[in-house]
Amino acid sequence: MKALRFGYVTAPLLGIFWTFVIATTVAVAMSFATGSAFRPFGLGSLVWGVVIGFASLPGPIWRPALAAVFAALASFWGFGPILIGDGVSALSVALGAVATAGFAALGLRIMLDDVEIGAISRHIFEAAVIKFLTGFGYIFFTAIVLIPFYVMVLTSLKNQAELIQNPLDFSIDLGQGWGLFRSYEELFTQFNFGTYLTNSFLISVLTVIITLLFAVPGAYAVARLRFKGRAAFSRSILLIYMVPMIVLALPIYIAFSMTGLRNSLAGIIMIYPVTTIPVALYMLQGYFRGLPAEVEEAGLMDGLSRLQVIWKITLPLSLPAMASVSLYVFMIAWNEFLLAFMLLDDPSKFTLTRGIASLNSSEIPRQHLMAGSVIATVPIMALFLGLERFMTKGLTAGSVKG
Amino acid sequence: MSDAIPPKTTGPLARLEARLAWGLLAPTIIAVALVVILPLLAIFWISVKPVSLADLRPPEVVLREDIRGDAEAAGDEANIRYRLRNSSQDQPILGVTFADTIPEGLTITDLDPRCTLADRQLRCDLGDWEGGFRENLMIPVTVGQAYLDNAQRPQDSQATVTGTASNVLTNDTFTLDNFRRVFDGQEFWSVLWITLFYTVFGTIGALVFGLFAALLLNKSFKGQGILRGLYLFPYVSPIIAVAFAWILLFDPFSGSANALLIQMGVTEESINFFGQRPLALIMVTVFEIWRYFPLSFLFILARMQSIDSDMYEAADMDGASPFQQFWALSVPQLLGILSVLFLLRFIWTFNKFDDIFLLTGGNAGTRTLTVNVYEQAFAVSNIGAGAAVAVVIFGCLLLFSAFFFRFISREEGL
Repeated sequence: MKALRFGYVTAPLLGIFWTFVIATTVAVAMSFATGSAFRPFGLGSLVWGVVIGFASLPGPIWRPALAAVFAALASFWGFGPILIGDGVSALSVALGAVATAGFAALGLRIMLDDVEIGAISRHIFEAAVIKFLTGFGYIFFTAIVLIPFYVMVLTSLKNQAELIQNPLDFSIDLGQGWGLFRSYEELFTQFNFGTYLTNSFLISVLTVIITLLFAVPGAYAVARLRFKGRAAFSRSILLIYMVPMIVLALPIYIAFSMTGLRNSLAGIIMIYPVTTIPVALYMLQGYFRGLPAEVEEAGLMDGLSRLQVIWKITLPLSLPAMASVSLYVFMIAWNEFLLAFMLLDDPSKFTLTRGIASLNSSEIPRQHLMAGSVIATVPIMALFLGLERFMTKGLTAGSVKG
Repeated sequence: MSDAIPPKTTGPLARLEARLAWGLLAPTIIAVALVVILPLLAIFWISVKPVSLADLRPPEVVLREDIRGDAEAAGDEANIRYRLRNSSQDQPILGVTFADTIPEGLTITDLDPRCTLADRQLRCDLGDWEGGFRENLMIPVTVGQAYLDNAQRPQDSQATVTGTASNVLTNDTFTLDNFRRVFDGQEFWSVLWITLFYTVFGTIGALVFGLFAALLLNKSFKGQGILRGLYLFPYVSPIIAVAFAWILLFDPFSGSANALLIQMGVTEESINFFGQRPLALIMVTVFEIWRYFPLSFLFILARMQSIDSDMYEAADMDGASPFQQFWALSVPQLLGILSVLFLLRFIWTFNKFDDIFLLTGGNAGTRTLTVNVYEQAFAVSNIGAGAAVAVVIFGCLLLFSAFFFRFISREEGL
C-alpha cells in the first residue's frame, strides 16, 4: 500500500479508474437514450486517464480543462476514452465526447484536491480513494436502480416492432402526442384495469383499517400493560412473521376451495390483514414504548379509563407512527402477489398484481405488460415519495432499538 | 413500625390489568390462530395424506333430467329420463338417493322397484356407487290433459340428490409416500443446495450493498433525501412489476442488456440470462440483492446516524485515517445491527417465493424449497407432496428461529 501513496502514482491510477467509470457510464447512458453505438474504450481510458489524472493535481484550473478538451477532441477521431460508432448524429457525438471528458476531469479535480505530486500522507491518500468510491457508488447505485424502471416506462410507450428492431433505442416520438399512451388506454378500455385498480385500492385501504383496529390495542397491551407471558408473546409475534407465505398459502387455498371463498374479494380481505397484523403490532409496540408513560399515568389519575387513555392520549401522540405503519401495510397489501395469484381466477375480481400476471402471455404485446407494471408502480411510488420521511423513521424506529 | 412486606400474590389491580391486556390481545390472537396456526397444523395433516389437486372437489352425483317421447296429446306414452353419474372416476359414493317432484298431469305407469311414490314425490334409493358409475333411470308415464295445460315440465323441478363420499382429506388413510417422494434421489439435495446458495449469497450481497449505500448517504448534502428515496425504489415497488421489467431487460432475443453487451463488445452472441445453468441461479440471486439492499441500507443508515460524531472527531484528532476510522469505530458499532439484519434477511430470503417464481418459474436450476412446494402441489398436482416440502421448510425455520432467538436476545435485548 505504501507504494501507492505518492501523488504521481495515486493521480494516474485514480485517473484511469475514474475515466473508465465515466466512459462506461456515458456510453451506457447515451446508448439507452439514443440507441446508437457508444462504447467505452479501454486503451483510450488508460491513456487519457493518466493524462487527466496528472493534469487534475492541484494547480491552475486550465490544466485539467485543457486535458479534458484534448480528450474530447480525441474522441472525435476514435482515440478518446469513449468510442462512437459511425452514423451517429453530430449532436450525440459531441455530447458523448464532451460529457466523458468533462465529468472525468471534474471528478478527478475534486478527488485529487489535497493530493500532491510527491509523497502524501495516508490520510490524504485514503480521502482521495474514498472520494473515488463515493463518486463510483453514486453512479453505480443510481444506475442499477434507475435502469429497470427506465426500461419499464419507455417500453410501455413504444410498440413491439420498434423494440425488436433495436432493443436499445428508447427514443420516443413525441410527435404522437397522446398516441404515446395508447397501451395505457387499451388497458383501461379492453383489459378492465379500471376495475383492478379499484379492487386493489379497496383491498389495500380495508387491509390498513382492519390491521390498525387489531394491532393498536394489541400493541398497547404488549407495550404498556403487565401480564404473564408478555415477553413470550412479544417474541412469538416475530416468530409468526417468519412463517413463509407459501406454506400458509397451500392450506388456505384448500380451505378456500372447499368453502367457496376462493375467487372472492371477501376471502382476500380476510387473509391480507392477518399477514400484516404481526408486523404492524411489532412496529407500533416499539413506538408506544418510546412514549412517556407519565402522560398516560396523569390521564389515569384524572379519571380516564385505560381505553380512554389509548383513545385520547396514546393515539394522538403516535400519529406519525400510525402514518408510517399504515403506509407500510398499504404497501404490503398493494404489492401482494402470491395469494392474489392463487386465490383469484375470475377476471372481474382481479387485483392489480393479479391483472398484470394475466397479461404475461405471448399473445399480449409486452408494452401492455410494462404499462400495467407502471400503473401498479406509480401510485405506490407517489405515496411513498410524499411520505418517505414517515416511512424511514417508522420502519427503523419501531423495529430497531439503539 | 412494622416491616413492609411486598405482596406475594397478584393483587386485584394487577389481575384487572392482565385481564385487560388479554382482552386487547384477543382479537389478534384469534385471527392469527385461524390464519397462521390452523394452516400450519393443516400442513402437517395434509403432508401424510395422499391428496392430489383433483381430490379437492369431492365426488358428487351429477344428475340430468328430461322427458323422452311424444307428449303432445292426452294419453301419450312418454318417459322421464334421469341420467345420473359419479363425477369421480375412482372414488365411491355411498347411499345415493334422489327425490323429485313429478309434474301434475303425468301418471307413472310402471315404477322402478328402487323407487317409491307418495303424493307426486318420487324417491329413489340407488345404493352404493363405484367410481365412474353411471345410470339411466327411465320412468314411463302417461300424459294427462293437466300436463299439457300447465307449463310445468319435469326438468323444471330441481331434483335433490344425497350421497356420502369419503373425502380423502378427512378419512383415515395415511401415507408416508409424500415424504418418500420429497427426499427421493438427487433432486432433493440439488434443491437444498440451490436454496442455500440463493439464501447465503442473497443475504450477504444485500447486506454488503446496503452497507455501501448507507456509507454513501451518511452525510447531509443537497439531494440526500431524493437519493435516499430513489434507492428505496426497488424495495417498495410491486414485485411483479420489477420482475417483469428484469425479464424484459435481460431477454435473450430483444433485451436491452444483451444489445448493450454485444455493442460494447463484451459478448459475441446474446446470453440467455434466466434460461441456462448456472447463470439463472446467479441472476435470481442478483435480483434478490438488488431488490432487498434498500432494506438493509435503511436500517444500517438509521444506526449510523445515531452514532455519536464526537468519536470520529476524536479519532481524527488522533490521526486515524478514514479507513482506520471505519474499521475501528464504525464496524464495531454496526456489528449488532448487521448480525440482526443477517439473521432476519437469511430467514426471509429462505422463505422467498415470488421472486424466483416470477423470474424463472423454478426452471434452469433455480428451484428452491419454496418453489418446490408450488411445483409439487400445483404443477404435479400432488398437494400432499407439496405439503411435505412445506413441512421440511418449517423444520428448517424452527431450527433458524431457535438460533435466532438465542442470538438476538443477546444482541438486542429483546
